[in-house]
Amino acid sequence: MQLEVDIAGKAFENAAGERHAVLAGVNFSLRAGEVGVLVGPSGCGKSTMLRILVGLDRDYQGHVSRPSGARLGMVFQEPRLLPWRSVEDNVRLAAPLVDEARLSALFDVLELNEHRGHFPGELSLGLARRVALARAYAVEPDFLILDEPLASLDDALVGRLRDQIALLVESRSMITLLVTHNLDDAVRLGDRLLLLSARPARIIADLQIRTPRGARGEAEFAAIKADIARLTNGDRAGRDAS
Amino acid sequence: MLRLLSFTVFLAAWWIASLLGGDAKLPSPPAVLSVVIDEARSGALFVNLGATLARVALAFTLAMTLGSAIGYLMGRVRLADRLGDPWLILLLNLPALVVIVLAYIWAGLTEVAAIAAIAINKLPTAVVTLREGTRTLDAALDEMATVFAIPRWRTFRHVILPQLAPYIAAAARSGLSLVWKIVLVAELLGRPNGVGFEIGVAFQLFDIPLLLAYSITFAAVVLIIETVLVQPFEVRLSRWRPRAA
Repeated sequence: MQLEVDIAGKAFENAAGERHAVLAGVNFSLRAGEVGVLVGPSGCGKSTMLRILVGLDRDYQGHVSRPSGARLGMVFQEPRLLPWRSVEDNVRLAAPLVDEARLSALFDVLELNEHRGHFPGELSLGLARRVALARAYAVEPDFLILDEPLASLDDALVGRLRDQIALLVESRSMITLLVTHNLDDAVRLGDRLLLLSARPARIIADLQIRTPRGARGEAEFAAIKADIARLTNGDRAGRDAS
Repeated sequence: MLRLLSFTVFLAAWWIASLLGGDAKLPSPPAVLSVVIDEARSGALFVNLGATLARVALAFTLAMTLGSAIGYLMGRVRLADRLGDPWLILLLNLPALVVIVLAYIWAGLTEVAAIAAIAINKLPTAVVTLREGTRTLDAALDEMATVFAIPRWRTFRHVILPQLAPYIAAAARSGLSLVWKIVLVAELLGRPNGVGFEIGVAFQLFDIPLLLAYSITFAAVVLIIETVLVQPFEVRLSRWRPRAA
């Protein structure tokens, strides 16, 4: 099972009728069991790319092939829960086939059991994110997309949620695509880092991390980050020269 | 408690006014009450109230269903909005009396004509309210439903309908009060029974106690339906909202 992405270009037309290129050549593939991370500066077109990948946006040049019949699970940047349904009902609506045992195991991992009956309006952002994660995971996805799942949370919470995401990602063989602008999250969660340039986005490097997630140490994180810094700076210098 | 108090104040004001103005123009509460009891004993009160309520129920249901469907369509489909808009403006501004008279002329003095005329009067406000509601639907939630491949019907029931609920409640609330008013006119002009018909008779005979007896019972029924049906329904719909301080 494999995701093949070959987007040649994507442009928006603004209200004044001017065309703005958002994506300029994004080409990669991801296998099941692999965690791909799209890393790029804010506003470089990551969310636009995700919309194309999940089929919400069909107006682009190029080709995206998702495995046929693949179930999609997605954690949106803002949780997008139904405020009028309880936590449990929100999950069950997306995943009507989930049984009680699996659901309570999932809620255990994400520490959501005591919040089952709460409405999303009563939850903090961190909790709402975890509900969104539970929903995406409960559908038993073949393709899981996480759009900035750790943005605007405090550090302690980020650490815990990151571990929980790692646990969920390990426990099921699926294609996982994480989008972030935070290098820490990228090097801790990803197997492959796809570095994006500033708008219009194209892939400037495709880094493979061979050490398993659990075995990575601070030294390795630092080395990878240094690599990334070199690659992204090179990109900037190259463009300045041209 | 407060409601009771305000009701007592109303009764007292009525009584004083009748003492000052004279029984001929404004009969006192006991005089009206005795007429109510007489009408209830003979059964006429229930027949007429029942006929009116049945017309209200039918016209209201018809207008709400049709109005919601059209409003939703106009909110979602641009072409439908463009095509329907002039009709909507026409209907919104057409006097109720014109609709009722035309309906009786074209369809005869029949029940169908009466109910259709009442429904047509209420229809445009329901359409407008639901159209506004549909325009405010959250596209982000639609996308969520698409990504998770939630079937259409379930999306409608769990994602769309709860967002429209406040608009449906508002349309129902304003629509019901409109129907209460118009149903009496329709009955006065062309039905042989109902509260509106009785009020017409009382007016022709200058029978003020009878007129007041029907008006008051009718108002009481409206009040009861509002408190027993409409308000609890609204509370239930908004139970997920954090309580306002």
